[in-house]
This record gives sequence, C-alpha cells and structure tokens, in this order.
Amino acid sequence: MSLTAKDVAEIMRLLEDSHFDRLVLEMDGVKLELERGSTGQRRAPARLAREDAAPAPPEEPARKPKPAAKAREDGLLDVKSPLLGTYYRAPKPGEPPFVEVGDMVEEDTVIGIVEVMKLMNSVRAGVAGEIVEILAPNGELVEHGEVLMRVRPKA
Amino acid sequence: MTIRRILVANRGEIAVRVIRTAKALGIETVLAVSEADRESLGARLADRTLCIGPPRPGESYLKVETIVHAAAASGCDAIHPGYGFLSERAELARLAEQEDIIFIGPTARQIEAVGDKLRARREAEAAKVPVVPGGAVTDMAEAKALAGQIGVPLLIKAVGGGGGRGMKLVQRLEDLSATANLAAAEAEAAFGDARLYLERYVTHGRHIEVQVLGDGAGRVIHLGERDCSVQRRYQKLIEETPAPGLDETMRERIRAAAVRYAERLQYRGAGTVEFLYDVDRAEFYFLEMNARIQVEHPVTEEVTGIDLVAEQIAIAQGDGLRLEQSDITIQGAAIECRINAEDPARDFAPSPGRITRADWPEGKGIRVDTHIVEGAMVPPYYDSLMAKIIAYGSDRAEAMARLRDAMGQARVEGVATNLRFLADVLADAEFIKGGVDTGYMARFMDRAPKEKA
Repeated sequence: MSLTAKDVAEIMRLLEDSHFDRLVLEMDGVKLELERGSTGQRRAPARLAREDAAPAPPEEPARKPKPAAKAREDGLLDVKSPLLGTYYRAPKPGEPPFVEVGDMVEEDTVIGIVEVMKLMNSVRAGVAGEIVEILAPNGELVEHGEVLMRVRPKA
Repeated sequence: MTIRRILVANRGEIAVRVIRTAKALGIETVLAVSEADRESLGARLADRTLCIGPPRPGESYLKVETIVHAAAASGCDAIHPGYGFLSERAELARLAEQEDIIFIGPTARQIEAVGDKLRARREAEAAKVPVVPGGAVTDMAEAKALAGQIGVPLLIKAVGGGGGRGMKLVQRLEDLSATANLAAAEAEAAFGDARLYLERYVTHGRHIEVQVLGDGAGRVIHLGERDCSVQRRYQKLIEETPAPGLDETMRERIRAAAVRYAERLQYRGAGTVEFLYDVDRAEFYFLEMNARIQVEHPVTEEVTGIDLVAEQIAIAQGDGLRLEQSDITIQGAAIECRINAEDPARDFAPSPGRITRADWPEGKGIRVDTHIVEGAMVPPYYDSLMAKIIAYGSDRAEAMARLRDAMGQARVEGVATNLRFLADVLADAEFIKGGVDTGYMARFMDRAPKEKA
C-alpha cells in the first residue's frame, strides 16, 4: 500500500493534535517526515520521499525558476506557479492561509505550497507589493506558469 | 479496467498519433506540454493541455514525478509515453503503477531486462536466439580455438576498453596470432588489462527488426519485420516492410526468433526486437529489444491493417491480446521517409524555426504522420523529426512510385529540410533495387554530387 494525499493530510492532523513536534514514518519504501511549526520556514513543511525514486531537492524546484512576475496593463504583477503540482494556500489543512488578499508580501514571502507526488515545494512571491487577487483555488492542480495571484507593486 | 482518460507524456507527431487513436476509441486525452509546445497541434487536439515545465526536456518531459502527478491530478487512468523521453524508464512504469495509473507499455521489470545489454544478451541466448558470436579469451590457444568457431572477419577488442577503442580487424585466420599479440600488448599498456574479446565482424549488415505484441502472460505474436538499413550515423531515415529480397525461410526464422525472445520475457504490449542480418554469411544476430512503440510503426500498420496504439491500449487495460497469429496477414508493401528539420548542405545540422508553409501530400496509399502545420514552431530543444510520409502499395514498386510522387508534392518552408535529399535516395538505383546494407548511406553520399547550397 502507499500513502495518498488524503492519508498525509490525516497524519498531519494527528500530529497537530498530539504533543509531538516531529514524526518520521517509514513503510514500504516510503518515508514521511513531518515537523510542527515550520510555517514560512525555509524547509518544506512536509516531505514524502520515495527511496527508490530519485529524490527531488525539496526547495530547488520552487526556487530556481523564479516565479516570473510580469507587469500587465493594469500595473499588476502576476505571481506564477514555478512548477506543475497541486496548490495549497495553507501550510496544513485547517490552518490559516500563508497570505490573504490585502496582505503585503516581499519577494521571499512564502505564498503557498505546490505539491508534486507528495513532495511539498514552497512558492515565494518573487515580487514585493500588496496581494489584490488570488486566482488559484486551494487543493487544485496548477500548471507550470499558471498565475496564482496578482500583486500591486510597492510604490 | 477500461481506460477513459490518457495522459500523453510526449510531444510532436507521436503525441498527435496517440491522440488520434484515443479519440477514435472515445478516450479523453490530457497532453503534457513544455512551455515550447503550448501552441502545438497536439495541444490543439487534446481535450486538455497541462504545462509541465520549461522547454528543456530535463525540466519537463523527463520529469517522472511531475508526469505522474499531472496524470493523477487530472483524473487520468493511464499514461502513454510515446517513444523517446520517458518511454523506456522503468521508474515511470513503477511510479505510475504505485499510483494506480496504468502505464501503457511493458512492466518496469521488462524495461529493465531489455535495457541492460548484458542481461538482454543472456536472455537471447536462453531463448535460443542467435547473438553475435564472440567471447573473452585469456591466452592464444583459447583465442585460436574461438577464432576457429567465429570465422573471419573478426574483431579483437580490449576487455578493458570501450567505445571502439583498441579494436582490431582480423581478415585472415593466419594473421590472428600477430594481431592478438599486438592487441594484448596495447590493451595492457592502455588499460592495464591484457584480456581480449573476440567477436564476429559483419562487413555487410542489414538492420531488420520485428514488431511483436505480447499479452504479458507469455503469448506473443509478430506483425512482420521492418528493414531500417537506410541510416545515417545510426539515425534511421527510410524504413520499409517487408524487408526486400530476403529469403522466405530466413524471414520466418527471424520472425520466430523475435517471438521466442518476447515469449521468454512474457512481454506485455508492443515491442520491437532488433536484429543485425549478416548478408555475406546469411545469418542473423540479436541486437536489442525496444520496449515501446517505435517511430517507424506505421509501415507495419499499413501492411497489416492493425492500429498498434489501439492494441497497446487494449493490452494495457487488461483486454489481453485480441489477435491470434493467424489473424495477422501481411499484404503489399509500405515505405516510410522521415522528414527532418535539418540542413543536408550543412552536414545535416538541425534547422529549428517557424514553419511558414506546410503542404503535405495526399493521395492513394499515402499517409502522413505529422504535427507540423503552417505557423508551427520547430523548437531547438528536441529532435528534428517533423513528419513521416508513408506510402502503401500492393507491392514494393507501387509503394515506391507513390512515395516518390508524394515526396515531390511535399512543400515545407521556414526551415531547412531533408525532403530533397530523401527524394534523391528514392531515385537511387541501389535503393530502388532493394535490400541495401547499413553501409549504403555512406556510399550514396560519397557518390552523390555534393549538395549545392
């Protein structure tokens, strides 16, 4: 058997309700490491690595192709997903989203997570300014280059 | 389980090809594209397109986890890998299976078995499929005994070498001792290892491969052979079926050997067993098995009337092998030309760019598999295959006549192409005669007037 995204969410909830800070689970060649309190940290909040698969670096895919922010006619900048995956607005189910409309973000502010095969990649704004619109729905598949949110650049 | 939605993990003409069959079967398609292929014909034909990454294959088409995630998250129940890219990566087959997504192809273990050269050769020997005679020797007595079995010409290779380094050709058995001594001394000096490997040398070889279909439980059928001897630097340019001028007994032996090999692996899906046919000795040797649909599969489809992609899908979804060997009848002949965006005047350098005109031929017996339409881009990141023009005829002469006519109709502007070059090959007496060996292309280019740019 293997873990589904739902299983991982359930395990995360169990960890949250427990008094433990860290959980490492290994089964059938799948290793799941969860850590509490990693909101907005540099490390990915949850990481599920397959030992038989080439492990993708947790941060690199999200950081290397910097979310290309392009100015549009209305002066707003697009924050695009740097990779294809499932987009999550919050670090964990039930927790408040990383950012909301009206929030000010800096270039390195984490604005969401894009999950690829249970590997969580934090996505940074890449631009500084105020979030005016959030387009990508939580828990849905986003494409590489899909606009996640729009930001009014700092004056 | 019935496949309802397929993620096509490829691009170019094969993406279009897979989508076409999926549509005919009422199966939805999701096409994974890189940024460079968002506007491709495949993207227009697919029910949905998902951009998986930047143009470079390593950041898009070769990302196993991204492909599987895209399939799972878009509700696909199967992945078709096409050819190239991830088609023969066991990791994709395995990860898809873990996620309950059908991999339209062989099992991960079968991919691994045929992907490892030594293992593939051992399997061939076990299946009583001939391999190129040869072996390692430790002293001159052994070398002489083995050389006697192999016969001349033969190659002496350094066991410690590789990539053709330290290879010596022996034309007469009486030269063996002197050449072997020299080779051993050189091998010792170069690699610190004097051991030698003797192998039969094939002066005139033809590339003959056999299309097979397996049910994954040990039953295998063949759909005839293809002759792909027209190659330039190991790149196939023209493929045809049946292999011209082959003795019927030999043809049957080659086909039967391919079936035996695939049976031994309990091969699942469509695959191709490649052989080197030794023209001078009238013998054949196993080269390798390709665990995927191949570029040149249409010629087989034309003479058998069987849609190979449809059979791949049927086997993958558990319908088993719907055909018996007796259902396969090979009628007529088919020839395919690969039209590439490359410049014969500049040593066949790739010629990427925007297509300003694309008129593909039409006519009786003509089939064109392509993704190139007016306005299409040939990006610089991928191989340069633009189209395959396939001609069918009741015999080889008719297929050739149709193909020559079709090649004359084809017009592609915006990039350099090998259309003229291939048309010249089709008009060449040696090719028209049929049954050329793999050395033919070099000979043709030597005698052809140098391309005037």
